[in-house]
Amino acid sequence: MTLDAVLVASAALFCVGLYGALSQQVVVMVMMGLELMLNGVILAVAGLWWFLAPAPDGQVLLLVVIAAMTVEMAMGFAVATLLHRSRESDMTDTATDLSG
Amino acid sequence: MPDGVVQVGLLGPVVAAVLLGCVAFFAAALDGVFVARMGRRSVRSGVASPVWEVARLLRQRRRSVVAADSLLWRVGVSGLLVVALLKAVVVPLGSWVVADLSVGVVWFNAMDVMVWALVWMAGWGANSAFSLVGGYRFLGQALLYELPLMFALTAPVVAAGSLRVGDVVTAQEGLWFVVWMPVAFLVFCAGVIAFSVWGPFSPALGRDIGGGVLVELSGVDRLLLLAGRYALLSAGAGFAVALFLGGGSGPFAPPWVWTLVKTLAVLFVFVGVRRMFAVLRPDRLVEAAWVVVLPAVLLQVLFVSLVVVGR
Amino acid sequence: MSVVLGGFFWFLAVVAVAAGIAVFRVDSMARATYALALSFVSVGVMLLLFNLEYIGVITILMMVMEMAIMAVFMIMFMGMNPALMPMSMVHSKRSSMILAGGGFVVLAGGALLVPWPARRGGPAADLTQSLGEAIMGSKMLVMLTVSPVLFATLVAALVLASPRGRYDRFGDDLRISPPRGPEQKDGRS
Repeated sequence: MTLDAVLVASAALFCVGLYGALSQQVVVMVMMGLELMLNGVILAVAGLWWFLAPAPDGQVLLLVVIAAMTVEMAMGFAVATLLHRSRESDMTDTATDLSG
Repeated sequence: MPDGVVQVGLLGPVVAAVLLGCVAFFAAALDGVFVARMGRRSVRSGVASPVWEVARLLRQRRRSVVAADSLLWRVGVSGLLVVALLKAVVVPLGSWVVADLSVGVVWFNAMDVMVWALVWMAGWGANSAFSLVGGYRFLGQALLYELPLMFALTAPVVAAGSLRVGDVVTAQEGLWFVVWMPVAFLVFCAGVIAFSVWGPFSPALGRDIGGGVLVELSGVDRLLLLAGRYALLSAGAGFAVALFLGGGSGPFAPPWVWTLVKTLAVLFVFVGVRRMFAVLRPDRLVEAAWVVVLPAVLLQVLFVSLVVVGR
Repeated sequence: MSVVLGGFFWFLAVVAVAAGIAVFRVDSMARATYALALSFVSVGVMLLLFNLEYIGVITILMMVMEMAIMAVFMIMFMGMNPALMPMSMVHSKRSSMILAGGGFVVLAGGALLVPWPARRGGPAADLTQSLGEAIMGSKMLVMLTVSPVLFATLVAALVLASPRGRYDRFGDDLRISPPRGPEQKDGRS
């Protein structure tokens, strides 16, 4: 168990999530991709913290990442629900007019 | 117990599993006795009823369903027992415990969140409408009991100043926590009954939907789910004793006897609750849980914090 | 001991990544959601290997909870029975694959090639306690920021998602008791 191993594993998680977030059409599946990316981030932060500078307050960053995840979930579900109610659809391709 | 608790060796998990099984059997037998008394049958037939039920279910053929999601179904059905065992790992018996984790209370909480997933999977996997309705009902109920339960767990932790169950037990040497945090104790007990899908909190297994999650379960699957329910109830009772009822403290007898006696007494009440209350609908209960119970628990935690700061 | 720990770490890493891949490969929404939950649980256990007991257990707790709820949304929003028919709802699969693969090469290459500095300092004796002291002491501003953000999210999500406000439930002068239930599409309540 070395820092390199942890970072490679977290990079793999992040990129699987990136693939999902880019390629999925359903909003909830896109959110699962984002979650997986954040999962990789959690692992990377924990690894860097443990192997480089296990100072007491580095853990706070992990809490912030988990909180960011919660916010992402809540807003994602809310927007998905709104989209589904107003357009009877939850595909990203039918919501392109929302961009920019 | 002046030194808190000590961890036992390799034999510990086996003993804990056997003990959990015995306590769960006690709960099942007790429920059998209550049923027998209502039907004016003898107490002995009530005590024996779980034995016959086990024998019957072991011989019964497993039902298979068209297009069932067997993987999730099996995980959900058998998972309850595993989760109950993982909970029992942090419950001290007198001065022994299998693993005195430094975050034991959070561990217990994490395990009871597992029940959310497992009950829903058991409902989903069967590919049956009523079974799935049962699974959704449990999730609805979970949303109303989990937050009060979490804050109820916080109160003894704040008072003891530690997430370690051993420290919580030690902190109650002068005064049991149930005396000065009764609201947290009651909410915790309600939470235990709720995550065991028991009594008033069992609409997920409701008769109005043909048994809900249980509707397609037969044979050994049904046995696992029902046994898991009793095991969860027993682990919850044991944890209530450790957190609120002073663990193994008591006169004239060794601590482990006191832990067992208190656990069985709490379990007696839990099992009896099933005969005292009607099943509650989660959608009706959710408003009360969020508007009344949650603020009450928060006030309890505030009171405990003020006492701790003033001490 | 370190060999056992290293093997356990690799096992968890493989489970986490394999479960992550399974999320986008399986046909069933329920299985996809719980594959993601499995990925999170393995990362949570990995955090336990770094002695991050509190954060590890909290990660497991939160993510299993989120996934249990997520499964409901997944099944609600798929306009078909995803358990019974295979599905492929993807766009620009090729370019995403290339981007993700390229990203992995860059990130993993960076992780292996960067000369990481030596470890500074050591972990506190009780990491949970040190976390609590950090939150309540030097890093209090972080938590003071996170909590209003969470609260704002709560309110905003409810406003976006709820089709009706309190005037729909309690009437124009907020006096109706008990409140009206959710209306069905055909006007029944």
